[in-house]
Amino acid sequence: MKQEKTMLDLYEELLELNFTDLKEVPQLTANRREFLKLFGTGILILIAAPDAWAYQEGGRRRPQLPDDFNAFLRIGEDGKVTGFTGKIEMGQGAITSLAQTLAEELDVPLDWVEMVMGDTDLCPWDMGTFGSMTTRFFGPPFRAAAAEAKAVLIEMAAEKLGTAKEQLSTSDGAVVDRQTGKRVTYAELVEGKKVLRRLDGKAEVEKPSVFTIVGKPVLRSDSVEKVTGKAKFSADLREPGMLYARILRPPAHDAKLLNADLSKARQIEGVLIVEKPDLIAVLHENPDIADEALAAIQARFDEPSSKINDQTIFDHLLSVAPEGEVVAEGGTPESMPAESDEVVEHTYLDGYVAHATMEPHAALAKIDGEKVTIWASTQTPFRLKDEAASALGIPAENVRVRPPFVGGGFGGKSYNQQAVEAVRLAQAAGKPVMVSWTREEEFFYDTFRPAAVVKIKGATDSSGRITLWDYGVYFAGQRGSQQFYNIPNHRTTAFGSGWTAGPGTHPFKTGAWRAPSNNTNTFARESHIDTLAARAGMDPVEFRLKNLSDEKMKRVLKAAAERFGWTPAKAPSGRGYGVALGIDAGTYVALIAEVGVEKNTGRVSVKRVVCAQDMGLCVNPEGSTIQIEGCITMGLGYALSEEVRFEGGKVKDLNFDTYKIPRFSWVPQIESVILDAKDDPPQGGGEPAIICIGAIVANAIFDATGARLFEMPMTADRVKKALERI
Amino acid sequence: MKKTIEFMLNGEAVSLSVLPSRSLLSVLRQDLELTGSKYGCGKGLCGACTVLVDGNTMRSCRVSIESVAGKKVLTIEGLAPAGDLHPLQQAFVEEDALQCGYCTPGMIMQAYGVLLKDPQITREEVIRRMEGNLCRCGAHKRILQAVEKAAAVMREGR
Ligand code: FES
Ligand code: FES
Repeated sequence: MKQEKTMLDLYEELLELNFTDLKEVPQLTANRREFLKLFGTGILILIAAPDAWAYQEGGRRRPQLPDDFNAFLRIGEDGKVTGFTGKIEMGQGAITSLAQTLAEELDVPLDWVEMVMGDTDLCPWDMGTFGSMTTRFFGPPFRAAAAEAKAVLIEMAAEKLGTAKEQLSTSDGAVVDRQTGKRVTYAELVEGKKVLRRLDGKAEVEKPSVFTIVGKPVLRSDSVEKVTGKAKFSADLREPGMLYARILRPPAHDAKLLNADLSKARQIEGVLIVEKPDLIAVLHENPDIADEALAAIQARFDEPSSKINDQTIFDHLLSVAPEGEVVAEGGTPESMPAESDEVVEHTYLDGYVAHATMEPHAALAKIDGEKVTIWASTQTPFRLKDEAASALGIPAENVRVRPPFVGGGFGGKSYNQQAVEAVRLAQAAGKPVMVSWTREEEFFYDTFRPAAVVKIKGATDSSGRITLWDYGVYFAGQRGSQQFYNIPNHRTTAFGSGWTAGPGTHPFKTGAWRAPSNNTNTFARESHIDTLAARAGMDPVEFRLKNLSDEKMKRVLKAAAERFGWTPAKAPSGRGYGVALGIDAGTYVALIAEVGVEKNTGRVSVKRVVCAQDMGLCVNPEGSTIQIEGCITMGLGYALSEEVRFEGGKVKDLNFDTYKIPRFSWVPQIESVILDAKDDPPQGGGEPAIICIGAIVANAIFDATGARLFEMPMTADRVKKALERI
Repeated sequence: MKKTIEFMLNGEAVSLSVLPSRSLLSVLRQDLELTGSKYGCGKGLCGACTVLVDGNTMRSCRVSIESVAGKKVLTIEGLAPAGDLHPLQQAFVEEDALQCGYCTPGMIMQAYGVLLKDPQITREEVIRRMEGNLCRCGAHKRILQAVEKAAAVMREGR
């Protein structure tokens, strides 16, 4: 029996894809949509960016997607340029890099360009903002659309000026006749006209060599709003008559509500109570009184007696692991090649990690007759549109999602529980409702990065060549699991997926976390490579170069080593240097760290990190450098301190007192090298640098002390224990 | 029981009838509609809600409205006259010291309080005094650069 997939199934699958093998933008066959009428006069170019298409190419059956174009560009009567995409801005700087691309191609000043992002009524369907995809997938099509718009403007100008097209070029928002010097502005050309084009990909895009804006550092376009406190995040929005909701929460995941005595809460003046089988909430126009009402509820829960905790979780995961899926294979990994040394086998562990964005989930929902509007901190506005419609039992077209600025996502805002709660409560209350989570709710309902186990067997021959690699990853997921060294006998097997694991696997929800799967995989792989290097008695950089045949990876490693000032030495050298390599979202990275280890306490401090990155055409080097710095700083958390401790379904770390994220004093000296690869298509920049942090720290600790860490985070306690073992 | 509380907010006198135990953060955000100060943890653990009370940095989530009666409160909205940027804000823009921007108002207010007390401050001391302000996006490096830049401007007197 064929089962129709729902949109929500589709989102789940889309989340899991690793978009690295894209060829080119597909031909567009879009049909005009009703709302295009709204755009009035001007030039409108419809664009198909390849993410939906990539999914189709993946050979999976997909339900009908709502649109076959997914971004567009408008030049208005005032000559101003607007780009529309369903992606959102959550700190990654896409709002700037996309605007920059448009300004460049159309020869207009950057401040003539506006980006409208994530509004489900104005922007075409989009799967969500994650996977470092915004610039990678929307950069090239937006550039092509801008080129198309420019061609249209030149045609119009040729007619208006009565000159040949070949004689015309654009500059500063106008078309200029190179021979006569006559100018006509875009505004003059567009006035009263209405031109609709679909991107057919024929227009010539500017060659990287003539770029004037792309590739130059540009400051963020949203920063003034953000430094003055004017930028609105979801919890900052107000609607007349709105109520603040506080929701009764269980003490543990899977705990069942036995009874709730609401009588005291009811007595508080102005409190509205919503009671549904799966949702009990108190609402008030003042959030403090809603808090008080929540505290007045006396509830009893039946707590399940699950014994799994953060210590026993790894055995549990191994015991529930499904059949493995071979991700990559070559040679004969089963039989031990004769010329090899003994096989080195280790198991690597990684605990649950929280997203812990500084902005907790928030949403404001308003129902006005048929029309539902939701402002929410979400990475997936279109998914939310469908979720809200199905929660209310109304057609999706009645729902409009308008994401304001999002205060960090990293994958954590791909799920929209808070917004669905808000819209259900708005329906029940008959008034606009704000649900804005407390930090404790945020930690409790976060979709954690899954705990995972990696088992690796490897061997080298006497010359230091890796001869065998047998890699099994349990529940971290496939992204980044494949090794990229030149190994004759290798196999990579994934047991269980990254986050859509079956019931009974994880005690709470898990999900995508910045560079999903790849942090765990890179930690395990690069730690093991280092172990093999040490066994072979070789310098870790030399050992890697010897075993690599991928020229791009070699170039990136050499660039990092050169900037770091690496001199060869066998580890442990006492210097505290650690190197690691990885590939994520199409981008190649090499990182090198220098750490200090306090032997008596086990405390590790990371002093310096160098990152070299080949990300193809880098649209906004300033933005990319900032992303690298962000990745390195954030990565120190999962490497050194972050883990969610729990007992059964009870989450123990519910605020920043015990869940420790990186602070100012942790930040090392950071240096980044972005390799010049102007003629290659742009690759992801928001995630790659973070994947190596676990391994560079582990390898540097080994180099400093000779102690090998097999479990993240590498807390002082664990480091101390490892030191005692040697 | 509600109480009338009077204090100076960003240079102007305000008088409010509120429950005295409510947090300053809540009153700022709800009653006064100044949403620049953010909620991040509610427990004094993140600094997103930082404001100045009589020139001292305070976590407004941990300060009751009653306790600021008669005092001077400064929030991110009052740091510079409308349409103008304070040297710290200017430096945050120039140094690209933010990503998502959620921690930014708290960072700027904390830095302002620190520089106000000691414009000659060393980098080590800035790090120590900013340690309680969290940023998940990892903008720390640039925030420090921005604070140093602003400190230089402020020393020259503005
Ligand atoms: S909200 Fe006040 S310190 Fe976090
Ligand atoms: S810029 Fe996002 S939390 Fe600091």
